[in-house]
Amino acid sequence: MIDNTIVFPVIVHLFTAILLLFFWRKTLAHRIISITGSTIGIAIAINLFAKVWGGDILTMEAAGWKSPFGITFVADVFSSTMVLLTSFSGLAVSVFSAIGIARGRIIYGYFPMLHFLLMGLNGAFLTGDIFNLYVYFEVIIIASFVLITLGGRKAQIEGSVKYMAMNILASTFFLTGIGILYGITGSLNMADLSLKVAALENRTLVDLTAIFFIIGFGIKSAVFPLYFWLPSSYHTPPSAVAAVFAGLLTKVGIYALFRMFTLIFVPDEFTRTLLIVIAVLTILTGTFGAVIKNNIRRMFSYLIVCHIGFMVGGLGMYSEVALTGALFYLFHDIMVKTNIFLIAGLIRKLRGTMNMDKLGGLYAEYPLLSFVIAIVLFSLVGIPPLSGFWPKIYLFEAGLMDNQYVLIAAIIIGSFATLYVISMMWAKVFWKDQPTVEGEEALTDDFRPLSKFKKSLLVGPIVFLAAITLYIGLAAENVTQVAKHIAGEMKDTTPYIEAVLGTNETQ
Amino acid sequence: MKSAILKTASSYLLPILLLFSIFILLRGHYHPGGGFVGGLIAAIAFVLHSFTHGSEATLKLLHTHPSSFIPIGLGVAALSMFVPMLGGQPVMTSLWFNEPFPVIGLIGSALFFDLGVYLVVIGAVLTILFTIAQYSE
Amino acid sequence: MELVLIILIAVLYAGGVFLLLRRSMVKLLIGITLLGNGANLLIFLLGGITKGKPPVIDSAAKLFTDIYADPIPQALILTAIVISFGIQSFAIVLLKRVYVLVNSDDLDDLNTPEEEDI
Repeated sequence: MIDNTIVFPVIVHLFTAILLLFFWRKTLAHRIISITGSTIGIAIAINLFAKVWGGDILTMEAAGWKSPFGITFVADVFSSTMVLLTSFSGLAVSVFSAIGIARGRIIYGYFPMLHFLLMGLNGAFLTGDIFNLYVYFEVIIIASFVLITLGGRKAQIEGSVKYMAMNILASTFFLTGIGILYGITGSLNMADLSLKVAALENRTLVDLTAIFFIIGFGIKSAVFPLYFWLPSSYHTPPSAVAAVFAGLLTKVGIYALFRMFTLIFVPDEFTRTLLIVIAVLTILTGTFGAVIKNNIRRMFSYLIVCHIGFMVGGLGMYSEVALTGALFYLFHDIMVKTNIFLIAGLIRKLRGTMNMDKLGGLYAEYPLLSFVIAIVLFSLVGIPPLSGFWPKIYLFEAGLMDNQYVLIAAIIIGSFATLYVISMMWAKVFWKDQPTVEGEEALTDDFRPLSKFKKSLLVGPIVFLAAITLYIGLAAENVTQVAKHIAGEMKDTTPYIEAVLGTNETQ
Repeated sequence: MKSAILKTASSYLLPILLLFSIFILLRGHYHPGGGFVGGLIAAIAFVLHSFTHGSEATLKLLHTHPSSFIPIGLGVAALSMFVPMLGGQPVMTSLWFNEPFPVIGLIGSALFFDLGVYLVVIGAVLTILFTIAQYSE
Repeated sequence: MELVLIILIAVLYAGGVFLLLRRSMVKLLIGITLLGNGANLLIFLLGGITKGKPPVIDSAAKLFTDIYADPIPQALILTAIVISFGIQSFAIVLLKRVYVLVNSDDLDDLNTPEEEDI
C-alpha cells in the first residue's frame, strides 16, 4: 500500500538539523530545538509503527518512479520497530546531551550532527533500495566521524583514526558488493533483487557476492575478526556520543545483515555455517576482552562485541524461533546498550573517572539511582524476568532443535561472563567503599553543584530507557509477538516483495 | 603568489566564472550541467581568487563565512523536495510552473533543488579548502 | 577495453590494500583513495560498457531503438565520487590534526594506554 508519509522519520531529523545549522553557536537554542525535534520524532515513529502493525507493508516511490526503477521506501514491521527504538534512544541521548556534552562541543555543531546521524539511521531502516542504503550508511559514518572527533583530545583523535579507517574500508566492501550485484542482476531494488538473485544459476558467484556484504556489514557491526576498531575507539568520545554509537551504529550493521541475508541472499548451508562460526568466535572474544578490562567503558565496548554474536548466531541458525530470539535480543540490546553508556557518562559526572579501581560507594550515596541502574544492568545480564532473559530462551530452543551445541555453549559462556563482569562492576563501583585518592588524581564531582533541573536532565533519560527496558522484560509477550511477526516476514518474504513490486503490476 | 598576469587575470575571471557557473546551473535540467557542477565552478572561481589575493581577501569578498551557505542551500533543497508532499504527491516529485519565464525558461521544483545543491557545494568546498589552507599556513 | 579496465581495477585494489597495510597515515589515506576509485571503476565495468551511445533520447523519437549506455552506473559512480570527496577531505584534516597532536606519521604511535583513561 502506498503511503507518502513514511518518510517523515527521515524528514523530521533533516529539518531539525537544518534548523540547528541556522542557529549556529547559540547553545541554548540548540538544546531546545534538538529535544523538540526528537520528541516529534517519537510521535511520528509511534504513528508509523501503529500504522504498519495494524496491517499492510507501506511503500513510497520517490518522485513517483515505479519500483523497481525508482528509489523505494518500505516500512514493514521490522523497519518501523527499528525506527521506533531509534527515536527512543535519540530522545534519551539528546536530553542527556543538553547537560552531558560540554559547551565547546555544542558550539562546533554537536547537535546538528547528532540529528544528521539519526536521519541517516532512519533512512537506512526505511529504504528499500540497496544503493540508497549505501548512501544512508555514508550519511551515518560521516556524521559519526564528526561526532567522534569533536572536541579533539589526544585519545579521542587516536580512537577516531581507527574508527574512520575501518568504516571507510567497510563502505568500500559494501560498494564493491553493490557493484557486483548490479553487474549480475541489473537491479538495485531489494525486492526485485530478491527475485533475481533467487533465479540465478551460478550459486558460487552469489556466495562470493554475499561474502562482500558479510565483510562490509561485519566490520560495521563488529563481528570477529573485524571488531578490533570498536574497543579501541568507543571508550574515547563523550559518553552521550558513545551511547548513540553503542546503541545504534553497530545495530544498523546487524539490521542490514538481517535484511540482506533474509531477503536477498537466503542463507544456504555454507553461509549459515559461516555465520555460526563467526557468532561463536565473536561471543568468545568479546567475553574474554570484557573480563580483563578495568575501565567501565572499555569493558562495555567488549560486551557490545560479545552480544553482537548472539544476534549473528540467531541469524545463522535461520529458523523462525532463532530469528525471533535474535530480533528480541536486538530490540533489548538497543535500549540497554544506549543506557549503559549514558550510565557510564553519569558515573563520570559523579566521580570524574571511569576507572573501576578508583570508584566506589555509589550505592551508599545514591541508593535510588543505584536501584534504577541495577535494573538496567540486570536486564543486560538477563536475570529473569528482565529483558535479556527471554530472547536467550528462544536462542537455546532454536539451538537445541538445530543441534548447534557449540553455539549454545558459547551463548552460555557469554551470559555467565556478562554476569561475572557486571557483578564485579556492581561490587567495585556501587558496594565497595570509596577508595581515597589524593593529589592530582583526586576525584571531582560535577554532579552535586548542578541545579535540580539539570540533574533531572541527566538522570531522566536513564530512567526513561530503564522504563522501556523494564517494559520489554515484563511485557515480553507483546515484544515476542512483534519479533515473531518479523521472523515470519523474514521466512516468507512474499508479502514484502508483493508490497513493493505488486503495485507495479496492477497498473 | 606574485605573478602579475595571474593576479590581473583572476580579478576578471571571477565574475566571468561566476556567470558561467549560473549558466551551467540553469541549463542543467535538459543538458549536461546542474547544481553540483555549477557549484564546483563557482567554488573554483573563489579558490582562484584566494590563490592570488590570499584567503582573507576572499573571505572579505564573500562578506560571510562560506559555511553559512550550507544551511541555506540545504534548506532550499529540502523544501523543494518536500513541497510536493503538501499536494499529496511523493517526495521529490517535480512540480512545474505552466508558463515559461523569460530567459530562464520553464521553472520547476527541480531547479530549486539544484539551486540548493549549488549553494551547499559552494559552501562545503570553500569551507573544506579554507580549513585545510588555514591548517597548512 | 574491458581487459584494460579489469587490469586497472586489479592494480587499484591491490595497491589500495597494500597501502592500507602500511603503518604510515599518509599511505593509509592514499590507499583509501585508490580503493574507492577501484570500486567506482568496478561498478562502471560491471554496468556494461557501451561506447558512444549516450542514454539521451532523440526529441523526434518516442522510445529507444538502439543499444544505449546504462545511465545507472554513472549515477552511482557520481554519488560515490561525491561521498568519497567528502570523506577524503575529512580524513586529510583529521590526519593533519593527529600529526599536530602526536607529532608522528606512524599508526603504531596511536596507543594511549588504558592507565591514562579517565
